[in-house]
Amino acid sequence: MFELIGIPPQALFGQLLLGLINGSFYALLSLGLAVIFGMLNVINFAHGALYMLGAFVAWFLLQYLGLGYFWALILSPVIVGGVGIVIEKTMLSRLYKLDHLYGLLLTFGIALILEGGFKHEFGVSGQSYPVPSTFAGGTNLGFMFLPYYRGWVVLLSIVVCLATWYAIEKTRLGSYLRAATENPRLVQSFGINVPVMITMTYGVGVALAGLAGVMAAPIYSVNPLMGSNLIIVVFAVVVIGGMGSIFGAVVSGYMLGILEGLTKVFFPEASNIVVFVIMVVVLLARPAGLFGRER
Amino acid sequence: MSVKYSTTPSGTVTGRLAGKASLIIGTILIAGLLVAPYVFYPAFLMKALCFALFACAFNLMLGFVGLLSFGHAAFFGAAAYATGFAAKEWGFTPELAILFGGLVGGAFGLLFGWIAIRRQGIYFAMITLALSQMVFFFALQATAVTGGEDGLQGVPRGAVFGLISLEGSLPMYYFVVAVFLLCFFLIWRIVNSPFGAVLKSIRENEPRAISLGYRVDRFKLIAFGLSAALTGVAGGTKTIALQLASLTDIQWQMSGEVILMTLLGGVGTLVGPAVGAGLVISLQNFLATSGLPVTTVVGVIFVVCVLAFRRGIVGEFNAFLGRRRH
Repeated sequence: MFELIGIPPQALFGQLLLGLINGSFYALLSLGLAVIFGMLNVINFAHGALYMLGAFVAWFLLQYLGLGYFWALILSPVIVGGVGIVIEKTMLSRLYKLDHLYGLLLTFGIALILEGGFKHEFGVSGQSYPVPSTFAGGTNLGFMFLPYYRGWVVLLSIVVCLATWYAIEKTRLGSYLRAATENPRLVQSFGINVPVMITMTYGVGVALAGLAGVMAAPIYSVNPLMGSNLIIVVFAVVVIGGMGSIFGAVVSGYMLGILEGLTKVFFPEASNIVVFVIMVVVLLARPAGLFGRER
Repeated sequence: MSVKYSTTPSGTVTGRLAGKASLIIGTILIAGLLVAPYVFYPAFLMKALCFALFACAFNLMLGFVGLLSFGHAAFFGAAAYATGFAAKEWGFTPELAILFGGLVGGAFGLLFGWIAIRRQGIYFAMITLALSQMVFFFALQATAVTGGEDGLQGVPRGAVFGLISLEGSLPMYYFVVAVFLLCFFLIWRIVNSPFGAVLKSIRENEPRAISLGYRVDRFKLIAFGLSAALTGVAGGTKTIALQLASLTDIQWQMSGEVILMTLLGGVGTLVGPAVGAGLVISLQNFLATSGLPVTTVVGVIFVVCVLAFRRGIVGEFNAFLGRRRH
């Protein structure tokens, strides 16, 4: 076997795969954040908590109803999205006339409520969720071992990201959505129900977080703090990509995941902060982010 | 935040009369602080005072410049470690150790500010949050200085100027009161100085402040540094008083907690954050033994604050007084 700069290829590709997996979650979560930010101008601090909720719903479905992974993949985003719609209808919608920071603070409070509640009920040790039997095992690619489930996660996240991007950039509904972010009053005067669109946008954005939660359940343990550990990194990813930019969120999500994996190989001490370091560098060079517009 | 914090601009709550009233209230409050340790547990009071100072320092940014920093835990925690390390390893006397903590906090503040002030609003909040997370991971890994997961334990309280021992809980308490009052006075001076007036004008109408020829970014940066330095003093004092610096001090949840304290008490009011801090610390103390999930209750209060009374307790009270006068 060949060696790359003194690093055995198994370790290198293993970390690259891990980075790609993490990147998939970064991309899915920052995609939801970007969609919500674009439409509502709210930084959804509850995003991590709702991702956690998605994983827990999957676990509940299996534990109490015997519904497996593929059911969870459909039901959990629907349930989490429903929770999001309730949050938007009852609370967030009251704050749009105020400074956007209040949206951030409100969703922060909601995150505390959700995480505190689950921590109280389930402790911090976490529940395990089995890898679905369809994806048991893996294959040896020669240079590395690829577990099927991990491959599926990467594949599914790419498909979901592409589909969301297509829906927003290429469909009629997406064009309404983009128009409404520019000028909601004008779009409303064309007879389009903008408030409902805002509610649905929040629901869909949050459902993406729920979906990511289900996908994460078999890989990481399902625990109340899984969201809060991840969300700050995702915030940094969003800042790097340029807030509100769908494309930027997805691309920088995968990119930073992979970069983090590489850092783990070459300079493990810095792997936790590499994303933040990059954020600072990007900000100094391009304050609006890599793909963002200055506003 | 471009929201009006009180219906009556501070200072004009009918001039001299209010001045006299606040003098009386101030005297009563200080007297209350002096007798408090005979009624309440001193360790609890010291903790409450340190967080009150933290919230007041934080409010210097949010309330008077209108910038929401989500990274103030970094200054609080970094100063907590710096103070603890200086007292424990270098044998600094408490006042020097705290001063060192304040300097470390201020230095981090200038660094954060230099990066974050380029952006406003939500962007500013997110950047400060991410920067503070860097400091957190550094603290987690630099175990030689911070003790990692264990934190710095058994920090010696020492003796002020090498003369007055702080080992007893009463001397320690009065030392904390002295630090708090000194810093509070400083904040009051900052807010009511020409410099403070410029800060408020930036909060109210930044483009106009720029067009008047103020170098707004420089003012913001100085304010950020001051706020971080005072936050550092709060963190350092907490370390000396409770003899502990830990990862809790530097976690991002702490940044959220100080926002809650400020919001609950009243953003942009002088005493509001202190009131809010007192309430939150009391509540946490009370809930710790009740079996209720503390985080959830705190979260509910947060949500109610944001939805229903954004002016906070002191802000609502001021508004109530304002309405009665007219």
